[in-house]
Amino acid sequence: MLEPVQLAKFGVTELEAQHALDRLNVRDVDYADLYFESRTSESVSMEEGIVKRAAKSVSQGVGVRATAGEKTGFAYSDELTKKDLEIAADTARYIANSPQGASPVPVPTQRRPTRDLYPIERAKAEVATADRVALLNAIDAEARRYDPRIKNVMASFNTEYKVVVVATSDGTLVGDIQPLSRLQITCIAEDGDNRQVGSFGGGGRVGFEYYLEGNRHLSYAREAAREAILNLSAVDAPAGVMPVVLAGGWPGILLHEAIGHGLEADFNRKKTSAFSSLIGKRVASDVCTIVDDGTLPFRRGSLNMDDEGTPTSCTTLIEKGILRRYITDKLNARLMGIPLTGNGRRENYQSVVLPRMTNTFMLAGESDPQDMIRSVKKGLYAVSFGGGQVDITNGKFVFSASEAYLIEDGQITKPVKGATLIGSGPEVLTKVSMVGHDLKLDNGIGTCGKDGQSVPVGVGLPTIKIDEITVGGTQR
Amino acid sequence: MHQGQRGTEPATITNGYAQLAANVLARAKACGATEADIVVADGETFSVQVRVGTVDRLTKAREKRLGLRVFIGKRSATTSTSDFSQDSLERLIADTCTLARAVVEDDVSGLPDAAQMATDQPSLDLYDETVLDTETQIDWAKRGEAAAFAADPRITNSEGAEFDSSSGRVVLANSHGFVGSYKSSNFSLSVSPIATESTTGAMQRDAWYEVQRKFARLASAESIGQEAARRAVRRLGARKVATKRVPVVFDQEMAGSLLANLCGAISGYGLYKRASFLLDKLGQTIASDLMTVYDDGRMAGGLGSRPFDGEGLATRKNTIVERGVLQSYLLDTYSGRKLGLPSTGNASRSVGESPSVGPTNFYLVPGLKSAQEIIGSVKEGLYVTELIGFGINMVTGDYSRGASGFWIENGELAYPVEEITIAGNLKQMFKDIEVIGSDLVFRGRIASPTLKISELMVAGN
Repeated sequence: MLEPVQLAKFGVTELEAQHALDRLNVRDVDYADLYFESRTSESVSMEEGIVKRAAKSVSQGVGVRATAGEKTGFAYSDELTKKDLEIAADTARYIANSPQGASPVPVPTQRRPTRDLYPIERAKAEVATADRVALLNAIDAEARRYDPRIKNVMASFNTEYKVVVVATSDGTLVGDIQPLSRLQITCIAEDGDNRQVGSFGGGGRVGFEYYLEGNRHLSYAREAAREAILNLSAVDAPAGVMPVVLAGGWPGILLHEAIGHGLEADFNRKKTSAFSSLIGKRVASDVCTIVDDGTLPFRRGSLNMDDEGTPTSCTTLIEKGILRRYITDKLNARLMGIPLTGNGRRENYQSVVLPRMTNTFMLAGESDPQDMIRSVKKGLYAVSFGGGQVDITNGKFVFSASEAYLIEDGQITKPVKGATLIGSGPEVLTKVSMVGHDLKLDNGIGTCGKDGQSVPVGVGLPTIKIDEITVGGTQR
Repeated sequence: MHQGQRGTEPATITNGYAQLAANVLARAKACGATEADIVVADGETFSVQVRVGTVDRLTKAREKRLGLRVFIGKRSATTSTSDFSQDSLERLIADTCTLARAVVEDDVSGLPDAAQMATDQPSLDLYDETVLDTETQIDWAKRGEAAAFAADPRITNSEGAEFDSSSGRVVLANSHGFVGSYKSSNFSLSVSPIATESTTGAMQRDAWYEVQRKFARLASAESIGQEAARRAVRRLGARKVATKRVPVVFDQEMAGSLLANLCGAISGYGLYKRASFLLDKLGQTIASDLMTVYDDGRMAGGLGSRPFDGEGLATRKNTIVERGVLQSYLLDTYSGRKLGLPSTGNASRSVGESPSVGPTNFYLVPGLKSAQEIIGSVKEGLYVTELIGFGINMVTGDYSRGASGFWIENGELAYPVEEITIAGNLKQMFKDIEVIGSDLVFRGRIASPTLKISELMVAGN
């Protein structure tokens, strides 16, 4: 079990933290917290066969917040002196519009995190740059060996080591160490004038050895090369409404865009989501059960605790097609009178907490993926995707395929060029007729953007069949 | 409203940072760096979000950051920190040199040649000394949102209105002896109302915003709120259309997104990595002969203006495309050397990273037709006002994005449409630009008038 992270790491005493919380906790303030964060990010990257770039960045600071009703006052500082904490506290409580010194906050008591989902020793997270360079060199060689038409390999390895301590006006003082890493590879294939791209990557809250286990890094390289070579023979994508079979794993981005964002509590409290007031209603076919689970060991979207110190949990969002829960942070759970799910997240000390997803996936069903393909006369089989986006209010979402095939008369035939799929969040899952027994989580590459803040997330999906969705290709 | 001087000693602080930079550069040299450059940036930001008439969120902060890039021969590394203490900087310098020794030699790496460094640093009108008090900024956001609610009874809810103000300074220095600095500021208001259709309860959100370097140049809060409301309400009742190939008119914002795609395709980094659909096209026709594009780093008050680029080279006005012929890429020193060309003064530098390439004020020269005339010329087609998703393949130019907007019938906007995609290939799309509008307005670093593309595939029902 992890040693509790102490405030002392930030050169701040518990008394100083309590003093700042007292200063924040004026009449009308419902809740206040201090979020101390120290982050070290490192990256090495290669292209044209050489590891050209190495970078490292260090940041440390505190975010100070007070909430009063729906209002949030927020300030942050990269200086951690008593004076800076006081200035930040005075700024944050401005919104409460009331004089100082209502009631002292309970003395925060240091709490141990209840579990350790990513027990990585610092020594293992901090590998020598030379080892990272060797990793990238091996990847470059492997991708080029895969096929001589691979003309460039761009690979990067990024790590982040984040230490946080949260002190709250409800008496919590808790810290966490959050390692994160990601290996990303992009290959360019050329055959005459035909140039195509393929990408693959993975990672999580894992140490460096993860990438070497069973030569995982080389398998990533081959996957990126394979996708680029495959796309050399891709034909134009079809346009219009058709059945689509989504492969397991990363295509779970469908869930993230189509329903996940729409179930974040802030949009529903404000009644600006297409899912507002749909709790207890049918929003998916009865083969669909979808959860958001922040408790999976070593996963990119997992956290021992969220950024308000609440332990993360597994929340059933949709159960057999019926909408059950929104995901919440403290502010929205309190204002809506609904359970706290441990989804209060922030990109860093410079940003405010918002309800955010962790690892969002659909539970396995009973169908055989082969039967799904066989059941389609003319449609699309989509295996990998680039990014997606959603308009929360009208529910329209898109996500773009990077590896897809035509299905003709029950058979997978030609690879097609990337196409965007577009649908409506509250409707698309009602059209899911088959859910496979092959649940797969993604490899750990997802980053979710909301309100200008990026946080790492995971997704997952068994193979599913959507009876109809609009495919945005160019061919009739 | 309170107006006054912001800060009483900016010159002192700039000089302080110049001294700090000189010290760090000297220490880096002592650690074995053959060349180095350093960026120091600081600033203050204020942001207030108002929702349904009350303050939802208020944020205030000061921040500072320092970025160091060192070269040891042909090897380089980049680091950054927010901790300016002596100890921290000593560690940073040592770490940077260690990292640089760990990477591989790269023949073309290095600072720009000393002779290329900017010699003049015009002010460019980027900084406004106006200091707004908290209440004034809250009031702007409240008035913007209230104007949206007042504009139409169908505006029933709101994602809020946000007023932001920020100011900061950047100091860049390198081992050639270059020291440059400038201050800049931004003031912006955005309003995001939600319209509801009374019969179905279906909601539509839209937004309008404005950003200016100078507070006095902001349009009124009321006009921004009203425009936001107009945009949200006009989307009500949107439907899908049948899949078909039609002419597509892009409004100013969406035409700007196409220009941003062009920007990406002619960026030096994509080109030398052979990851662009516009490889080896310098001097060739890549677009309709109606199309002329400039990138002007010295436009007074411009949101993309700066006196020198991220490596200390003077910014300038470059002709990018002239009557459809590609005249210039966007390059910094490194990508230029890879392609055997001089830098175009487009190095962009975020504090913690080595330079990349970015546009300054990148715009399409306007034509003569109004947006209304352009729409009027279409018998059946799409007027696109929003695009979502990332369905653009920069290597091939393949383009497929989620769209919403209006269906055009007999030259009129007939009804709103949504849940459709538009698809084509950017290589062809630039050539198929048939009409360019007269309505160029700078609302960001990239700006375009309305434009019409002769035909794209629209996928719907």
